[in-house]
Amino acid sequence: MTLSRRQLETLHKMLSLTKSQELTCDECQRNMAEFAETALAGDSIPENLQAIELHLASCGDCEEEFRTLLKALESDEH
Amino acid sequence: MRVNRSNDSWVQDLSSGGAAQDKALTDLRGFLMLALRKPFQDSSGVDHAFLEDATQEALVKVLSSLDKFEGRSRFTTWAISIAVRSAFTELRKRRWKDVSLTDVIENAGGASQIDVDSTLGPEQEVQQKALIDKMYEIINSGLTKKQRDALLAELSGMPLEEIGRRMGSNRNAIYKLTHDARKHLKRALEASGYTLTDVQAAFGG
Repeated sequence: MTLSRRQLETLHKMLSLTKSQELTCDECQRNMAEFAETALAGDSIPENLQAIELHLASCGDCEEEFRTLLKALESDEH
Repeated sequence: MRVNRSNDSWVQDLSSGGAAQDKALTDLRGFLMLALRKPFQDSSGVDHAFLEDATQEALVKVLSSLDKFEGRSRFTTWAISIAVRSAFTELRKRRWKDVSLTDVIENAGGASQIDVDSTLGPEQEVQQKALIDKMYEIINSGLTKKQRDALLAELSGMPLEEIGRRMGSNRNAIYKLTHDARKHLKRALEASGYTLTDVQAAFGG
């Protein structure tokens, strides 16, 4: 097994973000709507949502979905 | 598309059955179709039929999860978040359908060994190599096969959802698996005398 330099850089980023307790994807999903509205409003992230921020930095699937949710909300007129 | 309906009204109408539910479903279907269109319009393999299917799937999930909506956001934002996840579930399945987990893991690092940073002096080069060797040793010997496979696939860009599908598991469990792998790797590196600063210096980008 070998890793490319890019993968090692990614692994370093992942390790630097690793905490003993992290939200799972399902927990992130349950809070994503509230987190997105807070982010779009430009408000500071309250303590109870900070774990979402950490999960999004660590999980490519959730981060991709969050970015897409923001795009949908930005284009939404509701 | 403007939908003038309160959170309570959405939940009440969608739960009601009959004409009120039909009207709410029609409104929500139209709203979600429109909401998904822009972020997915440039995505390969996404057409009207795809958005219809993703919306339909999302409506089913929204209906079965109404009791989980806690009102901490607008109902429509919550519904879009479900629709986005439904769309990505299908999109990832299509994009990765011909890729096996074995191939991804076997080709994890590409054909060549890591290129040693040419700007490093001889001593730093030796230190970098020692750290990388230790990292490989921990990954190979300290992680379970499942942890190693999931971590390597994740580092290769395979979505957790697709890793889960191939391992007979699900995305949530794979996240927990790779989280445990990361924690073990971090602890084992620290126990070997390496700090994250050392790792940063070696290949922090």
